[in-house]
Amino acid sequence: MRIGVITFPGSLDDRDALRAVRLAGAEPVALWHGDRDLRGVDAVILPGGFSYGDYLRCGAIARFAPVMSELVPAARAGLPVLGICNGFQILCEAHLLPGALTRNAGLKFITRDLRLRVENARTAWTRAYSGGEQIVVPLKSGEGAYAADPGTLAGLEASGQVVIRYAGDNPNGSAAAIAGVCNAAGNVVGLMPHPEHAVDPLTGPSADGLGFFTSVVARVAA
Amino acid sequence: MTGTDTVARAAATAGLPQPFAELGLTAGEYARIVHTLGRRPTSAELALYSVMWSEHCSYKSSKVHLKQFAAKAPPSDALLAGIGHNAGVVDIGQGYAVTFKIESHNHPSYVEPHQGAATGVGGIVRDILAMGARPVAVMDALRFGPASAPDTARVLPGVVSGISSYGNCLGLPNIGGELDFDPSYAGNPLVNALCVGVMRHGDLQVAAASGPGNQVILFGSTTGPDGVGGASVLASATFGDASSGDAAKRPSVQVGDPFLEKLLVECCLELYAGGLVTGIQDLGAAGVACATTELAAAGTGGMLVRLDEVPLRDASLGPPEILMSESQERMMAVVEPARVDEFLAVCAKWEVRAAVIGEVTDTGRLVMTWRGEPVVDIPPASAADGPVYHRPLARPAAQDTLAAADPAALPRPADGAGLRADLLALLGSPGLADKSWVTDQYDRYVRGDTVLAMPEDGGLVRVDEVSGLGIALATDGNGRYCRLDPYLGTQLALSEAYRNVAATGARPLAVTNCLNFGSPEDPAVMWQFAEAVRGLADGCAALGVPVTGGNVSFYNQTGTAAIHPTPVVGVLGVHDDVHRRVGIGFPAAMDGPGQGPAGILLLGRRTEAEFGGSAWAHVRHGHLGGRPPAPDLDAERRLAALLAAAAAGLLLSAAHDLSDGGLAVALAESCLRGGVGCRVELPGDPFTWLFSESAARAIVVVRPGAEAALGRLAREHGVPGTAIGTVGGDSLTVSGCFAIPLAELAAVHAQTLPALFG
Repeated sequence: MRIGVITFPGSLDDRDALRAVRLAGAEPVALWHGDRDLRGVDAVILPGGFSYGDYLRCGAIARFAPVMSELVPAARAGLPVLGICNGFQILCEAHLLPGALTRNAGLKFITRDLRLRVENARTAWTRAYSGGEQIVVPLKSGEGAYAADPGTLAGLEASGQVVIRYAGDNPNGSAAAIAGVCNAAGNVVGLMPHPEHAVDPLTGPSADGLGFFTSVVARVAA
Repeated sequence: MTGTDTVARAAATAGLPQPFAELGLTAGEYARIVHTLGRRPTSAELALYSVMWSEHCSYKSSKVHLKQFAAKAPPSDALLAGIGHNAGVVDIGQGYAVTFKIESHNHPSYVEPHQGAATGVGGIVRDILAMGARPVAVMDALRFGPASAPDTARVLPGVVSGISSYGNCLGLPNIGGELDFDPSYAGNPLVNALCVGVMRHGDLQVAAASGPGNQVILFGSTTGPDGVGGASVLASATFGDASSGDAAKRPSVQVGDPFLEKLLVECCLELYAGGLVTGIQDLGAAGVACATTELAAAGTGGMLVRLDEVPLRDASLGPPEILMSESQERMMAVVEPARVDEFLAVCAKWEVRAAVIGEVTDTGRLVMTWRGEPVVDIPPASAADGPVYHRPLARPAAQDTLAAADPAALPRPADGAGLRADLLALLGSPGLADKSWVTDQYDRYVRGDTVLAMPEDGGLVRVDEVSGLGIALATDGNGRYCRLDPYLGTQLALSEAYRNVAATGARPLAVTNCLNFGSPEDPAVMWQFAEAVRGLADGCAALGVPVTGGNVSFYNQTGTAAIHPTPVVGVLGVHDDVHRRVGIGFPAAMDGPGQGPAGILLLGRRTEAEFGGSAWAHVRHGHLGGRPPAPDLDAERRLAALLAAAAAGLLLSAAHDLSDGGLAVALAESCLRGGVGCRVELPGDPFTWLFSESAARAIVVVRPGAEAALGRLAREHGVPGTAIGTVGGDSLTVSGCFAIPLAELAAVHAQTLPALFG
């Protein structure tokens, strides 16, 4: 079981995602933005950070990185892909996920431990949870307000593509308090909160985030 | 004069008047340059000397005092590199070394808060990077004018957003710092940024250009007109006459690009790992001028630089501007000729621009050419060493008036209701209120090694995932104490940072400092400075922790009104196993069934009626007078050793140092952090016990069953302890005085900063 983590220029939480993969029992594989090569991994994580400095628009430049020309068809063919924070923004820009992330309602960067509700526990990355389960995971972002047109939002709700919702305060003004969504097939998931920072109570508010990584290990192993 | 001012032209036009005064040089300094060169300087040389001899770069007023840090340094086998390097390097064991430093960016942050504070973070990170270390965390010590002043509403949010955007984008966790307010900082906010980095012992890099023929490479950002003159003019002149329209002193703050800095960090670390660098220096104040002279002066002694090769973002720049530019995100490396191609390939991988701009020579001269002609030809040490001043100093008579204004005369609360009201007033005061409004804007999680961060006493970062080795850091300063007595006040700042580090369970190892003062040309300020340095040097000797480096910021004054003398002291400690860290929060749940409530002990020095410079006198009476609390360095040392030993023995479930606001504020903070109340019985006068700021004290919560072991350990360390109460319930109760529900405490604590800053 090998899980790749792509480093773009400006990726920051790549190291943390690699650690989370290891703690989940899989082999972490570092992938480089400039290589048109996924090195045969079984799943891919796009980590948090500020790829290309978030210049132009978050994720807008990373979308054109050489590695994405391999990733996009693989994701469409069913490869499990998780985008965290900036990774979620990149997946939206690459049209692997619907909607977009916009400036926080308060216009300030927010770091906060938040209570989240797992709405869909059937995706590649959430099967270790039970539907409706509440978890505590940090959020840290300045452009984390999920936005989509009313039709798309209604579609996401109807098809169960809302994966994670803010259970307490809606910290950034996300539409319908959405913190994470998936594609129709459920193999591509994007999250604004950072489960890789909740894998060990020593360094995070909980170990609740580990389930995202063990989910995909169990799925691929099965 | 038209055309380039070459060395040849300078030699031929001896008496030509030059604008040395506008560049911040005195007539005596100018004469010294002419004497050194045997001719008038070229305009490029004049620019170079002016920035190198600025207070900011040369430490010309502070050097004679700072020597005490080395002269009085306690014996320490932990020091791998000390003062004089970009930052000191400390051995923390297991083959790891740590480098840390704090630096001011006060003036730029007042002029343009966002960029000023952002580039302050960027600058200190490059200092750490230049030592060979990977930067792993930052902290910020911030001081502003009155919280309700309109200008504070301009400066504070900008400073915080600047630190947030730069530090977060760089991927460095912000693990702590300070936030305080005082009218003395109106017009002169203090923005002090600390960075800490980790390396293996063998990774230490040197800032020296050695080996004739080795190539000099400038890499990172292009060079533009940013901050031209910043080092000598902006950082050394007061703003008192800014409205007079003096164009030469118009501030020009640099603009930061944290994305490029992130690439520069990864690029440098890959260059080091490949052994491609023989010497390296970051570019900060005084840019290319400083990097070339310091590298040359510390190495073989000569360097040839072709200024035409410096990549420019503004083609109109000439030699003086190129030398003085403070464009951010630049580094200068010395590389063996055979390794240049590999070096450039690593830069290309990280999309970092690099240019070979010169080479090391054995001529003993720093020579720079422009369009083929020499425009600089100097002995580099003459610029790097600079003048040294013994500024006059005089203890101002006003010190006696201040000392006579004894806070004992202030009206005190008459009953429990009065004590309750005072505690809530302190807890909601801007300097003591919940700082989440600020700290929520910083990423404390990135890199995944943050074990403790604000609002804990100290930041704690894991260094080794297998062994659990970690480092703790705290910064402290107290301008009010230092205004009353700069010698004692500085020792109190040192004591508090030292105690904060120990409260996490770490062993304090080394000290950095950022000395924020008014004008050194004012003998009263110079006296404050001399006293502060003497106090810190003596204090470090007594505590057994050496000063490894620091920074001086003078001219923090408006007109003749200087800020409170504000030395900010950073203490670094080592934690043998971060799993055994101790936090400030009272434990919400007991460890086992059938256990009684956990006991709270007050450890350390006796609580005396010490209210000079206290938060209580400041918040309740706007009073500043009397004597600050007496430092007790021996008691600090014993208390710190006890706290570290108790943490290592897993005897504690919480520890919190007592400082601003005394026991009352510490109890409230520990209740709020843990989400649980406490019940306290005070053994004496409740007012003194609650609000005194006597030094060398901490509260701890003992793990049930560990009481006897802790008692033995406390006796071994000679630390007195007093049982003052137990954890539990949902209010902070002081028997016979008051009870405050946690919800009320939390509301008062949390509402202040959002109400002020939105």
